[in-house]
Amino acid sequence: MSQTFLGMPLLPVFGTGNLHASESFPKAAHRELGNAQLRANLGHATHTIRDKRLQVVSELPDWEQLRDAGSAIKESVMARLPELLEQFEKNFTARGGVIHWARDADEANEIVAGLIRETGETEAVKVKSMATQEIGLNEYLEEQGITALETDLAELIVQLDHDKPSHILVPAIHKNRSQVRDIFLREMPGADPALTDDPAKLAAAARTHLRRKFLTAKVAVSGANFALADSGTLAVVESEGNGRMCLTLPESLITVMGIEKLLPTWQDLEVFMQLLPRSSTGERMNPYTSLWTGVTEGDGPQNMHLVLLDNGRSAALADEMGRSALHCIRCSACMNVCPVYERTGGHAYGSTYPGPIGAILSPLMTGIQAEENNSLPYASSLCGACYDACPVKINIPDILVHLRGVDVDSKRGKKKIPTQMDAGMKAASWALSSGKRLGLLEKGLPLGRLAAGPDKKITKLPGIAAGWTQSRDIPAPPPQSFRTWWAKEHRGPDADGGPMPSHNKGDQP
Amino acid sequence: MKIALFATCIVDAMYPATAKATVAILERLGHEVVFPGGQACCGQMHVNSGYFKEAVPVIANHVAAFESDDYDVAVAPSGSCVASVKHQHPMIARSCGDRALEKRAAAVGAKTYELSELLVDVLGITDAGSQLGSWFPHRVTYHPSCHGMRLLRLGDRQQRLLNTVRGIDLIPLPEPDQCCGFGGTFSMKNADVSSAMLEDKAANITATGASLCSGGDASCLMHIGGGLSRQGSSIRTLHFAEILASTEQHPAQIAGEVQLLSGKAAQ
Repeated sequence: MSQTFLGMPLLPVFGTGNLHASESFPKAAHRELGNAQLRANLGHATHTIRDKRLQVVSELPDWEQLRDAGSAIKESVMARLPELLEQFEKNFTARGGVIHWARDADEANEIVAGLIRETGETEAVKVKSMATQEIGLNEYLEEQGITALETDLAELIVQLDHDKPSHILVPAIHKNRSQVRDIFLREMPGADPALTDDPAKLAAAARTHLRRKFLTAKVAVSGANFALADSGTLAVVESEGNGRMCLTLPESLITVMGIEKLLPTWQDLEVFMQLLPRSSTGERMNPYTSLWTGVTEGDGPQNMHLVLLDNGRSAALADEMGRSALHCIRCSACMNVCPVYERTGGHAYGSTYPGPIGAILSPLMTGIQAEENNSLPYASSLCGACYDACPVKINIPDILVHLRGVDVDSKRGKKKIPTQMDAGMKAASWALSSGKRLGLLEKGLPLGRLAAGPDKKITKLPGIAAGWTQSRDIPAPPPQSFRTWWAKEHRGPDADGGPMPSHNKGDQP
Repeated sequence: MKIALFATCIVDAMYPATAKATVAILERLGHEVVFPGGQACCGQMHVNSGYFKEAVPVIANHVAAFESDDYDVAVAPSGSCVASVKHQHPMIARSCGDRALEKRAAAVGAKTYELSELLVDVLGITDAGSQLGSWFPHRVTYHPSCHGMRLLRLGDRQQRLLNTVRGIDLIPLPEPDQCCGFGGTFSMKNADVSSAMLEDKAANITATGASLCSGGDASCLMHIGGGLSRQGSSIRTLHFAEILASTEQHPAQIAGEVQLLSGKAAQ
């Protein structure tokens, strides 16, 4: 693909890379639900983080105001993104950094590989980053003969196991410690054969392994949590300090960041540094926050690059109802409280971004018609727990419903035979848009009663309704509707204070 | 006060006892209840399934049925349907470009209350036993449905009302804020995940030792009750309106066997 700018790109440019589900959510969920170990690990981990988050959030009397502030700042960033990006570029460049613009995953991968190649190195250490997972950078670099080594402990575990992360904050949430020991023994060069599954011993083994790499690496690749337009500063927020190693020791630092990560000013960081740690790890403050502003001679990386990644973000921004999904600060609070994610885990969502935010972000970035991503907006009971937990108040349930509408509309007139759902919805629209018609249909309730038989329950339904009866009965319908009862039998308040006895009359067998 | 009852389609067709109980409570308090005959459904199933175009006539029908000045407030025994009337109706009208319907829908929404909201906030009910004569000598647990809890912010209104029913033994449900897994067509489109959620909800209900699970949404109760029934459980579900309407003279009738609390149930 050409890296030369050939004119105004046509909107929308949809995202490529690891944003696509390769099978429908219900199908993937069915498989993941069968994994008892996964469900146990996930249930335990999500409930622990959930409780921790609730505790630290309840400590702040101004939590709701902080959420409002975070939401308002992000909204203003989206409203003037082009202007802020140019301001950031100017400041970053003035401090000795080099900016690269990438329209999609392929462009970003080529830019990073080219920059590493220029250093003459064939190995790079990596700071945990969602953006580089989104574009599939590690896999691309491997094809180019460059080894990218994840240094975040959980990412390292996942990488050594040739697996995929299943949670954006706790990528190895689906593995337990004995599985981790087995992976280390199998894949980590020089691992002590007597290694136990004691967490401290496992961490020490990883530490020894990583320390060797930190001291020899010449190139690091990172993402960024925030970029401050008024100073040209980048920020990484982490727990382990391994990111700090990568950001300070190597000679060259290449950062890949989504264009939506900008904040207008240093002062805005104050809001997000209160929102992010409490929402993600349930901590008051994270252990390591690294901020860097350009090149400082004789201190830290002397070659500093930033790849600004679109990859479908402009397409998401163009969706008026959906654009607030770009406010996401990748805290993972929504997945930790999600009853669906808790049971299926992250792999069921296909994309790098799982859980409720992934169910809206992935189809917004790829377009709803991309592969199986049209099944993602339906992966929710719309319980609303995610909206309550979101530190920047993204109304995920409303956006899910909006995207379901986009999905249904995108298929209108394209199918030769309407699906059962289409036909059912059309018929229900006719029946439920008139009291008279509904009343007439309700005259058929005794038929349903007949179908239910002597045990007064319906246990098997055909077609899509079979989904209901796979685990649930339907009670026998009443002999008459409320509407009929009202017309025939209701005669207003009795002298003794109410027509109570009649309220069940006729409903009982 | 003149109160218009929005029965909701599921209660009208499947659980008429819930609507009758709502009428009984309000009439017992001396209010006049009217039933706008044109009403059918809030259209939530269409909206939440993405069928906005098909939802519009359903919404327009609801607005036409309830926009009369002939009543003071409208009430429905459902958090979910009231949330749909208040939030979704104007939103869908707007997204389909019908500004006039949006305005009319917002006006209807502003006059519409969920039952516990009406009882507590408007009618000042703080003690169901003394103010409504509610009597229900059963061991009950209570599931607060998601839309009442998160969209209407009902808080503990329903639970407080239940707590003040004479004779009731209300046992707290573990993890009450967890969704039962219904979610409308979600229960069919993602039947496996929905069933896994229901399984945990049913286990929590069973662990309470209650013989009944109450709640404020017939749809969620149908889901939970359907799951318990499939498991062969004897635990039944019952809308909180039916518990409030139950009195010593006219106790609520419950389908199936339910154990009365010993000593308290002198029938």
